[in-house]
Amino acid sequence: MSDAEKAFGKRGNRDASVVNPRPAGTVDGSRRSGPVGPGREGDPFLIGEGMSGGYGRGPDILHDCTIAVEKGQIAVIVGPNGAGKSTAMKAIFGMLDLRKGSVRLDGRDITALNPQDRVKAGMGFVPQVNNIFPSMSCEENLEMGAFIRKDDIADTMAQVYDLFPILKEKRRQAAGELSGGQRQQLAVGRALMTRPSLLMLDEPTAGVSPIVMDELFDRIIAIARGGLPILMVEQNAKQAMAIADKAYVLVQGANAHTGSGKELMNNDEVRRTFLGG
Amino acid sequence: MDILNALVAFLNFVFIPAAAYGAQLALGALGVTLIYGILRFSNFAHGDTMAFGTAVTILVTWALQAAGISLGPLPTALLALPLGIAGTAALVLLTDRAVYRFYRVQKAAPIILVMASVGVMFLMNGLTRLLIGVDEQRFADGARFVINVRDFREMTGLQEGLALKTTQALTVIVAVIVVWALFWFLNRTKSGKAMRAYSDNEDLALLSGIDPEKVVRLTWIIAAGLATIAGVLYGLDKAFKPFNYFQILLPIFAAAIVGGLGNPLGAIAGGFVVAFSEVAITYPWLKVAGYLFPGWEPGGLLQLLGTEYKFAVSFVILIVVLLFKPTGLFRGKSV
Repeated sequence: MSDAEKAFGKRGNRDASVVNPRPAGTVDGSRRSGPVGPGREGDPFLIGEGMSGGYGRGPDILHDCTIAVEKGQIAVIVGPNGAGKSTAMKAIFGMLDLRKGSVRLDGRDITALNPQDRVKAGMGFVPQVNNIFPSMSCEENLEMGAFIRKDDIADTMAQVYDLFPILKEKRRQAAGELSGGQRQQLAVGRALMTRPSLLMLDEPTAGVSPIVMDELFDRIIAIARGGLPILMVEQNAKQAMAIADKAYVLVQGANAHTGSGKELMNNDEVRRTFLGG
Repeated sequence: MDILNALVAFLNFVFIPAAAYGAQLALGALGVTLIYGILRFSNFAHGDTMAFGTAVTILVTWALQAAGISLGPLPTALLALPLGIAGTAALVLLTDRAVYRFYRVQKAAPIILVMASVGVMFLMNGLTRLLIGVDEQRFADGARFVINVRDFREMTGLQEGLALKTTQALTVIVAVIVVWALFWFLNRTKSGKAMRAYSDNEDLALLSGIDPEKVVRLTWIIAAGLATIAGVLYGLDKAFKPFNYFQILLPIFAAAIVGGLGNPLGAIAGGFVVAFSEVAITYPWLKVAGYLFPGWEPGGLLQLLGTEYKFAVSFVILIVVLLFKPTGLFRGKSV
């Protein structure tokens, strides 16, 4: 369904002087958070355990899917198209109705929190597309990233500019005018502005050139070395597994293989069916 | 040829009234464009929101007058304005909670919100009439003129007089202050930036921890403030009649679309474009022409269109803009 169809339905006048064709948000912002429960003994830093669910009243996309990230590590979710990689990410972030399973972060059960409150609980999320505010300047984008913070954000902004020098150069420019790679850097920078305790990246290298992709991977590794755990969905499975401490191969919304990046790269079945030889 | 007298006649009959009217339209169009940019629909109830806000302000003004409180040379309505805004904000927040929020949660197509706003329009229409009646109300008090015709003639010795009503001067001054404050708010404050962020990308605003419902509430409060101010200024300048506020919706939409919907700067420019065209086209230019070309005796009043047809001007501007520059003068979103 195109944006125009979403805005106008399938009939009638399509005059944008009556209706703003900008697509609406997909997340229900009016949903309230439920209570935060205690975590479980021996939990990893983040775990989405036994998650089953789908969008709205639609069919389940995830089936008993479990994803976990340990402190200071990089975990990647890989899998064929339509395997539910991004959906798993969204489920962990609370953008999906979970029918079963729970999400626990840093010793708390946050299953009932809405996405806004998960940001406050320390999750930073970078969506795959539409991950910047195009009409705002780079600096304003970063400021919006730090929206929930009440303290001085100058230090964090300087750190982001150190990590992505190009953003400092373009800080007065509208984000919509940036190139694809610069946009992704800005998107990651925006998420870092909250000083999250966990960073979630949904295909950060989608649609960028190979050179930019290598650079982005370098930056992501640099962020992880700084001690920030990272959960990442990635199309470029080989490269992702090379940097991953833990990798999850999803097939049709369920865990197919789990292990360290190296283990999975050496796993015959994974190579044959998925990495292409 | 008498350029000075012609200029004074032009200022008196065209420029000053059009500037005041343009400022009123601009404030109205700003509210429409804000709702369009952030809530994604054209709010047909905006004219009646203006009427409701003005009605509340008039009631408070009467109460103040009865209590013997006045602002000296300025209209008492200015003192009543904050209460009028508060009342209107309460009403629009209530309608949002009762009507629009339901559709927002359902993720309904925005065209449904437009239709809902038509319903809200009729409701507010009735509410205003119940509150203050259908008749014309004049509530301007204080000094009537900043400059009146006789003083101007004596001062300058010109044959043509110039009058500047207090309400006209006030309209322009208040509009400038309000517009400055709005732009300062949108570009410099955290909440204002959050509104722009939400209008750019709702999901990402949510992911940044911006509470969408708060943004929506803030938008309604600001729109209610703009509507009430625009309505009171219009009422002071002319007179308050609920039906006129329903009619003014057309030039307001024309202004917002001419400037480019969703673009606040465009709304202001659009307001003045519409106002100046309307006044210039319905003004009989005979007097000005008389000063400029003393020998010329045209057969008519040199009036392009009777004042009864002034709304046709908005229509024509609307059509021309939509045909030739559908995104408006300032690159808005209309297509």
